This record gives sequence, structure tokens and C-alpha cells, in this order.
Amino acid sequence: MTNAADKLAKESIMMRDTYCRTLIDLARDNPQIVALDADLMNSMGMVPFMKEYPERTFNCGVQEANMIGIAAGLSRTGKIPYAHSFGPFATRRCYDQVFMSGAYARCNVRVIGSDPGVTAAYNGGTHMPFEDVGIMRNVPGMTVMEPTDNAMLEDIIRQLSTVHGMYYVRLLRRFATKIYEPGTKFTIGKAVPLREGADVTIFASGIMVAESLRAADALAAQGIEARVLNMFTAKPVDREAVVKAAEETGAVVAVENHSVINGLGSAVAEVLGETKPVPLERVGIQDEFGEVGPEDYLRKRFGLTPEDIVAKAKRAIERKG
Amino acid sequence: VSQTTANREDLERFALQIRLQTMKMLLHLGFGHAGGALSVVETLAVLYESVMKIDPARPDWPDRDWLVVSKGHAGPAVYATLALKGYFPLEELLTLNQGGTNLPSHCDHNKTVGIDMTTGSLGQGVSSAIGIALGHRIDGRDSNTFLIVGDGELNEGQVWEGAMFAAHHKLDRLIAFVDANKRQLDGYTKDINDLGDIAAKFASFGWETTDVDGADVMAIQQAVLEARRSEGKPKVIVLDTIKGQGVPFVEETLLNHHIVLDKEKAAAAIDELEQRLKSMDGGAS
Repeated sequence: MTNAADKLAKESIMMRDTYCRTLIDLARDNPQIVALDADLMNSMGMVPFMKEYPERTFNCGVQEANMIGIAAGLSRTGKIPYAHSFGPFATRRCYDQVFMSGAYARCNVRVIGSDPGVTAAYNGGTHMPFEDVGIMRNVPGMTVMEPTDNAMLEDIIRQLSTVHGMYYVRLLRRFATKIYEPGTKFTIGKAVPLREGADVTIFASGIMVAESLRAADALAAQGIEARVLNMFTAKPVDREAVVKAAEETGAVVAVENHSVINGLGSAVAEVLGETKPVPLERVGIQDEFGEVGPEDYLRKRFGLTPEDIVAKAKRAIERKG
Repeated sequence: VSQTTANREDLERFALQIRLQTMKMLLHLGFGHAGGALSVVETLAVLYESVMKIDPARPDWPDRDWLVVSKGHAGPAVYATLALKGYFPLEELLTLNQGGTNLPSHCDHNKTVGIDMTTGSLGQGVSSAIGIALGHRIDGRDSNTFLIVGDGELNEGQVWEGAMFAAHHKLDRLIAFVDANKRQLDGYTKDINDLGDIAAKFASFGWETTDVDGADVMAIQQAVLEARRSEGKPKVIVLDTIKGQGVPFVEETLLNHHIVLDKEKAAAAIDELEQRLKSMDGGAS
């Protein structure tokens, strides 16, 4: 295996700008697209959308519950709402509105929660969602996704304009590490293979995809071939990919910038437990609150480095017995 | 298609019919949200018999007026109204809360023909009604969005988030009713979390307000006609009602939010409502 991770680099366009540009583009042809925010339009880079489509932009002020309820009501009249706030406030702050006015009522809302996990960095623990995927995964019918880079984000945001239901998009606002070429297409609910390997499988999401590729290179240097898949959809989880990984590599590591409780690692564990139990190790936040600091510090503090992934991968392999 | 005006006799007769069917549903089930269903009967009679632009044969007609019953527990009275208007057969009313029913205790637009929004978790219908009103505005549709909120429900912060937003956006096609029946589940609203002057609170948020006798169908109709005429502000009609309105034994039960019905008293109340209807019809013929 070549060292694929050597080519990894940060993108030059922020994810939020791709989000805004894609929505502007979609709204041009689709009069049903509407955007809502809770006083974070500047933070989310959505001012250009507001200028282009003022009659279809609703800045609700600091009212997350009202925003989600309004989005649900708009969807009853055929509108296709994209409603954004920071991750904690787009989920735990308005959970019952997402649950009842949105999901229970079979409405049609895209909830966008930005600054996943440690990327909330200087906003600190109050703004650092380690639980949003878990919260949303528990809502019947909810699809939960974390697009990895600009190419995937654009494709997902476009796809979401053509479907009906409740969707949670966990969104990095700033610079992602480039994984995919522009124009790449993805299937919601399908893990994307990034690297082949027969010794262990790493399922990763979000910022941890690039870290997992780096970890795979480090493992390769030690003679361990790790398969890496981008599990950008936490729900519905790609059961087929998990079973295949268990059967073909016999050990699995789930890697997420989120609590190990009820996130990607739990989703993978559920499938393994019900199908082919093999050793599973989970890289993620170990039932802790977030805290303030530079992202690099937080990645180390919460065990989200390639070294952490390597250690867990080796442990999983050892446990094969 | 209604959206006309109706005379007192027709409105009162329709209210009696709604109240009668509501009581029959609740007696058949044996229990239910009697108090808050009965207190909005006159308002539902005015909405569906007179002021709302609706067509029961086309429940999804896009240009209709919409109603969000945010106090979703008033479901039984709403179902009685819809059945009487022909949205679904009257016989279906007796399936209230049975397994597999289309008539759950709280309003559900995926189950019941004629229901415009799923509600049940209090406060949330305010926001969804605002969203519906915004949707009509974006599409340039000439539809009113009506909203019924309970007074106990005003405890919810989300109501006031919505009140602020609706005024800011000058949602003048949003017409809300507060069913001020003075009681919530645990007792009198003034003893639990005193609401003070409800109309004044909404007025301070920028709404046009009216206080109306919630048992007087003509007063309710007049208030809606006036609310529909003025521009620039969302409207709220504060209904002075009695929890359990029009059925004395329910009115007299202090904690009547959800009750097990005394079978004899309920049957007697139904008899009395039927007699009143009969004498009304006799008088009309």
C-alpha cells in the first residue's frame, strides 16, 4: 500500500461557503427551498443566500425551538427547509420540536448542526456537541449524516432537496481535509471504501476520516493492513459494510469525533452484536463534556489522534485470539 | 365552500351538535380530555360553519384556510366538528383512542382527514402555524391560518418565541384564539403560574387583540371578521370560556382536564343536549 495520507491537505474553500453556494444554486431552480437560522447567519456564511432570496430566508433570532417548529409548518405547505444552528442548539435545545413537530408529524426538515465535537474549539464545552448524533439517532425515521469535505457536502445538500423526511447534517463550518474530487457522487446510507486491507477495518466519520487514513499508513509501516471506510451516514448505518468487514477482517475500529455512547461506534456495535460479533474498539469521547481550547489540543485531550486509532486497531487485532 | 357569515341560530345549533357528538365520543370511551375539548366548541362551530374557507370534499385544497389546534388534546371536539361537516363518517367518532384508530387523543394530520397539523406537545402548534402562514405568504396564497392555543399552554416559552416572531414578520393572516378557560391540568391557572392580562401580554408583543365571550357565537364570529379585515399585525382573540363549557357536571368538576366520565351524569347530559337540539329544530320548522 502507498501512503495515501501523504497527499492529504486542507481545502481552500470553507465548508460553510460550499453550503451557502449550493443552496443558492438549488434555490434558483427550486422555489420551495427556504433557509432558516437562529441568529447565526453570519457565523454560517449564509448572508449571500439571504441577500439573494430575502423572502425565503428566516432568521428567527435566538429561537431554536420556534425555528424548528416554523420549519415543520413551512414543510406542510410544500417548502423544503434547511434550518441551521450550532450542533448543541440544533439538537438538544429543540429536541422535542425536532421530534414531534418534525419527525412524529412526518414533516420534511433538514436540520443542520455545525461545529461537530472538538471543532467547536474556542467556543468551549457549552457549544461542543459530543451527543448530537446520539440524540438524533434516537428519533424514528431520522437520517443522520456527517459530510466529510466540500465534494461530499455539495452532493448531500443537493440530494436533500429531492427527498422527503427528517435529516440531520452534522457540519464542519471551516476547512475540511480534502478526501474527494469535486463532482463525486455518494449514496446516503452507504459507507465509502477508502483503503483496502485484510487485518482490521476502520469505520470513520467527519474529521476522523483523514486521521484514520493517517493511522492506516502508520499501521502499514508496522506490517498491518487496515481497511478504511468513510461511514458518513450514522443512521441508517451500512449494515452490509459492517458485516462484510467482520467477515473479511475479523476486527473493527469505529472512529468518531463524538461520544462513544450512541454514536457511530454504538451503531457499529449494534450491527456486530446482532450479526457477526468480532472484536470492536471505539475511538471517540469517553463519556465526558467538552472543554475550551485549540482544536489540536482538544484532539489530543480527547484521544482523537492517529496514534489513538493505531493503538485501538492493534488492540482489536490482538483480541481476535 | 364556506367563509360566509352565519346567523346565531345556525351557529348555536352546530355548536350543540358538536358538543353532543363530543360527549357521545367521550362517554363511549369512558374517559378523556373533556374540559378543554368542550371549552372550544363554540369557536369550532364558528370556524367551520362560517368563517373558514374550506371544502370538506377537498381536505387538501391548497387555497383553503388552515387550522392548527395547538392544544391538541381538544381533538375530540375537532373530530366531532370534522365529522359533522362531512370530512369522514360520524360513526368513526366512536373509534376515538381505540387501537388502529384514525382519531387519536391529540390531533394528527397523518391520521385524520381534515386535520392540518399534528400537535400534542404544548406550545409547538404556535410555531407550526407561523410556518404555515409564512408558506402561504411566500406562495402569495390568499389563505388565513387559524390557531387555537390553551391558556395553560401559555406557560410554554415557545408560545412567546412565536408571538415575538409573528409580530416582527407582520403575519396579519395569522388569527389565534386563546381558550382562556382559567384552568390547567393541576388547577386554576392563577394558582399555578398566573398569566395576568393575556391580551395585554400579546399586545405588548405587537399583536392586535380582542377579548370575547367564548360562549357567544356571534361575538366570536364578529371578532374573526374584524381580525380578517385589519392589516399589519397578527391577531389574537382571547376567549373567555369555562373549562367543560356547556356541560354542567364537567364544568363543576374542578380538575376536569382529563376525567373518567360518570356514566349516569354523562348520559343525562347527552339527553339534555339532544332535547335542546330537538326543541331548536322544532322551533325552526
